[in-house]
Formats: sequence, structure tokens, C-alpha cells
Amino acid sequence: MADISFLLLTFFLLTSSINTDQGITRKLPPLAPATQKSVNIKDRNVLKVLVNKSDYLLVQGKPINIKELKETVKTFLSNPGNRADFPEKEIKEIQGLGRIAVSKGVISLKNDRGTSYGAYIQVQNELTAAVNELRNELSKQKFGVPFTDLKDEIASEAITKAIPVAISEAEPENIGGK
Amino acid sequence: MARFKKAGGRAVPGINTGSMSDIIFMFLFFFMVITTIRTSTLLVKIMPPKATEVQKLEKKSLVSFIYIGKPLNAELGTESRIQLNDSYATVASIQAFVAAERQSRNEFDRKLLTTSLKVDADTRMGIVTDVKQELRKASAFKINYSTSKLNKDKL
Repeated sequence: MADISFLLLTFFLLTSSINTDQGITRKLPPLAPATQKSVNIKDRNVLKVLVNKSDYLLVQGKPINIKELKETVKTFLSNPGNRADFPEKEIKEIQGLGRIAVSKGVISLKNDRGTSYGAYIQVQNELTAAVNELRNELSKQKFGVPFTDLKDEIASEAITKAIPVAISEAEPENIGGK
Repeated sequence: MARFKKAGGRAVPGINTGSMSDIIFMFLFFFMVITTIRTSTLLVKIMPPKATEVQKLEKKSLVSFIYIGKPLNAELGTESRIQLNDSYATVASIQAFVAAERQSRNEFDRKLLTTSLKVDADTRMGIVTDVKQELRKASAFKINYSTSKLNKDKL
């Protein structure tokens, strides 16, 4: 009997997972000091993403589907053809990777007060997915394993530096209402 | 018991209780594993949105929760409300809440404190934005949008 109960115990231990809290982690920017002047960022370096109160997406002035967002962000951040209307790259020296071109692209996310939280999270999720995929690609190219499987701390830090999460959320404005 | 006994019926052997402890321990371990200790009872309805790119929150002791959703009590209407600890709160009380949460941790852990936003998917962003602004004012920059995991192939 004891054997059977131990068998069951191990079975449940192996099949059930501890219910941990999970989610999308973000870092909020500190409050801007009142004296701060607006920072000038070149137009080509900004991808404007707008979510309106009906949860529709507007990227660079064009309405797009949420499914296209990831690819749009990926091409924006990686700028494969070094096009002039896509973000500039800056050659940086990163420990573990050497000299590498880091995109100066910033995603500017703006939502309405009436946007639903579900839609907002979907957009955040797609943006994160785009960054994660780019990191995976770079990691595979440089170290041969996906980013999530990188055990070396220096290597994963280098990848994080080479492809930063460049999402800027605009200062909230009161538009659109409830 | 005796009155149900049929005359001349076969005697039922007693249940062997020797392994009872094993079974009880098994249940104990099982429930210890699957349950999470809930610190506060929810007063708002929360159906978190689904996402694929989720990260686990590492240390539970370093997380403080802010719940936003429609009140469970229908008498309070359908307007989204904020819940801190065990009661409804307003946006204005968030800074005090963050300060209290900081105070209850030791000095080393304070910097690592994460605020987990457990928000219903149907909530409007207005209230969430207000909460985020308050968190910025309270210098609680590390936040986590609580979501449930969705497998990539299901999208």
C-alpha cells in the first residue's frame, strides 16, 4: 500500500506544476523633470504604434492587423536592407559579441484611455515577441543556441544589450474619453 | 452497527488502517504542491488576458499585487475598481500602498520589489494608465502585467 501511495505521490509531483504568477515584465520610465526639454529623435528611428479606443491599430499612419505587427516591428528593428527610411544603426563594442550594429529604433506606443486592457496586452505581447525572436536569431547565429537556452551570463547580457527592448510609452493624454 | 448485522452472515474483516498515514501524507503533499497561498480575497472579477511571451515572477515575497476589475458585488455597479490588499481603493491611495509594501520588506529587498498588475482583460486603459502614473510617482518602476500563458501554436 505504501508503495502505491508513493507511486501516486511521485506521479502527481511530476505531472502537476506549481502555479506561479507570470506575465509580461516592463520597466516604467522615471517621471520627467519639469525642466526637461523634449528630446529630438530622428523621424526614421521611431515606429509609431497607436491603439485607439475601438482597439484598432495604426502603425506609421497606416491601419494594420495585429497579426502583421510582429513582422513590421522585426523589419523595423533589424532594418535588413539598410534602408534610408528605417532606423539608423550604431556600431557598438559589446563584451562577448565584439563590434556589432545596434539599431537606434524606438517603438513609440500610444493608447487611448478607452482602449481595452486585453488589446493593449496583445500589442505589448507582439512587441515582446518581435524582440524575443530577434534575440533568438542573433543568439543562434553567434552562440548556436536560442536566447532562452543561453546559460552564460555574459552572453545573454550581450544579446540583451545588442537588442534592447526599446519601447517608449507616450506620456498619457486625456483624449477620447471613456 | 450491530443492528444491521444479519444473523449468520459472514463477518466483514476490518479495514487495515496501517497504510492510512501514507494516504493522508500523500494527500497532504499533493495539496501542498497544487495550491498557492492566497493572501487576499478578491473583490473584483479578474480574467487576465492571454499572452505568449510571458516571464515567471521569480520571488513571490518580492511581489505586491494591484487588482483592477469590475466589482464582484453587483450593487457596486460595473465601473472598474482598484483593489489593494483586502479593500477597494482609489488611485490616490496607491502611493501610500507602495510605501507600506516597501516598509514591510527589508532594506536589501526594497529595490527588487515588483508590482504585479492583475487586471481584467475588459478593463479600459484609462484606469490602468492612472495607476501606472501613480507607480511612477512612487518610484515603483518594475511592473509585471499578469497574464495567463497561451501556447504559441494556438494563436
